[in-house]
Amino acid sequence: MRYSAFALIAKAIDGHASWPRAWRDADPRPTYDVVIVGAGGHGLATAYYLAKEHGVKSVAVLEKGWLGGGNTGRNTTIVRSNYMMPGNTKFYERSLRLWENLSRDLNFNVMFSQRGQYNLCHSPAQMDAARRRGNIMRANGIDAELFSRAEVRLRLPYLDYSDAARFPITGALYQGRAGTARHDAVAWGYARAADSLGVDIVQRCEVIGFLREYDRIVGVETTRGSIRAKKVGLAVAGHTGHLAMKAGLRLPIETHVLQAFVSEPLKPLVDTVISYGAAHFYISQSDKGGLVFGGDLDGYNSYAQRGGLPLMEHTLASAKALMPCISRLRVLRNWGGVMDMTMDGSPIISASPIAGLYLNGGWCYGGFKATPASGWCYAWTIAKDEPHPDNAEFTLSRFRDGYQIDEKGAGPTPNAQ
Amino acid sequence: MCPVCGLRDETEFSYGGDATVVRPAPDESSPDVWFDYVFLRDNPRGAHKEFWHHVQGCRQWLVAERNTLTNKIGAVDLARHEMQRNQT
Repeated sequence: MRYSAFALIAKAIDGHASWPRAWRDADPRPTYDVVIVGAGGHGLATAYYLAKEHGVKSVAVLEKGWLGGGNTGRNTTIVRSNYMMPGNTKFYERSLRLWENLSRDLNFNVMFSQRGQYNLCHSPAQMDAARRRGNIMRANGIDAELFSRAEVRLRLPYLDYSDAARFPITGALYQGRAGTARHDAVAWGYARAADSLGVDIVQRCEVIGFLREYDRIVGVETTRGSIRAKKVGLAVAGHTGHLAMKAGLRLPIETHVLQAFVSEPLKPLVDTVISYGAAHFYISQSDKGGLVFGGDLDGYNSYAQRGGLPLMEHTLASAKALMPCISRLRVLRNWGGVMDMTMDGSPIISASPIAGLYLNGGWCYGGFKATPASGWCYAWTIAKDEPHPDNAEFTLSRFRDGYQIDEKGAGPTPNAQ
Repeated sequence: MCPVCGLRDETEFSYGGDATVVRPAPDESSPDVWFDYVFLRDNPRGAHKEFWHHVQGCRQWLVAERNTLTNKIGAVDLARHEMQRNQT
């Protein structure tokens, strides 16, 4: 059924007792045209765009746990498109444009809030780099503004501008169209929209191997039996390397854990998204009032969905250095998500060297913001067997050919991206 | 856990990456071998052999076995012992 103000009023008559399920909890059928592994944002978005844009209706999304229970539920919900490397700029801008119309497209409120994002600078060199990045963004039709220290102080008065600040703020690069979205709603919205187009979403169905015929992959072996498919697409975030290994593929990926934190709720304070330029730290405020913030990777390979205390201390120290006013705030909860960190910090959306198998992974820190464009481009790649121009650079072969998209310039060190 | 200093705080150690990766000989001319060395990793979900540097302690390079799912640490040895073993 279509959600609307009228539907809300109509259902109010019986006390909201007769709302139908938003999507079916499907049992797997023995064959599909396309099987997507992983019912997170990316997998569900892919299934939705496969059905909507390419008319591929025989699609199953397999999930080992529950819908949106992986990194879709473990991120800090930030959406932005402030990239400058060719290959990244157009892709992330497509994503932001899809975000801007997503609630209407899905008929589900994903609570996308374009509250803007500040990338703080702390030295003249960082200001120069920010100016260059901003100019490249604007040349690609992406909004960017450079603010001086005085302008930043006017807009974000609660940061540390004192002489005691360890890393004085010299200015900021600002993207006004950036913002946040409700992460669970993105998974739910895509699930509901894909389901209404006939996509089967199969939960508690772990992929434990691949079915092969000669040199082609023709389906998956799961905990709920074999499922045959003409095409199999992975969208499993931190487990891309682990699953690809079952198909015999070694990837330029290491899996690392990234922690995030939420403070106790407080009245509106941070009405935007702020990234600290002197350490890896970013903060925003949720609609419930909790400050949502995160930091750097723990730094060692990890599939454990929890991190260590040293990184927690580092992140909280960054918070205190940037915003002294929150020093007595208590942390309500924290969690870890496992990221597939690629060797250049950019993702992979491409066919794999094995016929019938497609890869969508290597999202590093930035998977959430990419959700709509990732699904959109991945669906295109699977349906047409060729990449869309916007994801043409996100190949697996770029590492072998020397065309890495190294946004940070960190070289082949996954834990430094 | 350092084989020289004993049980020490995690913050004294610095991570050095996958210890199963072996640098090819300098005269190796196959791009495939170098591609493999620079970019490809096993990335195991479970037992992982990795370098750690006891940088705030005895400054020795170590090779540790750690489970990437549980963080449980197994055998730890000096990296040069490990290298000697690999050469013989």
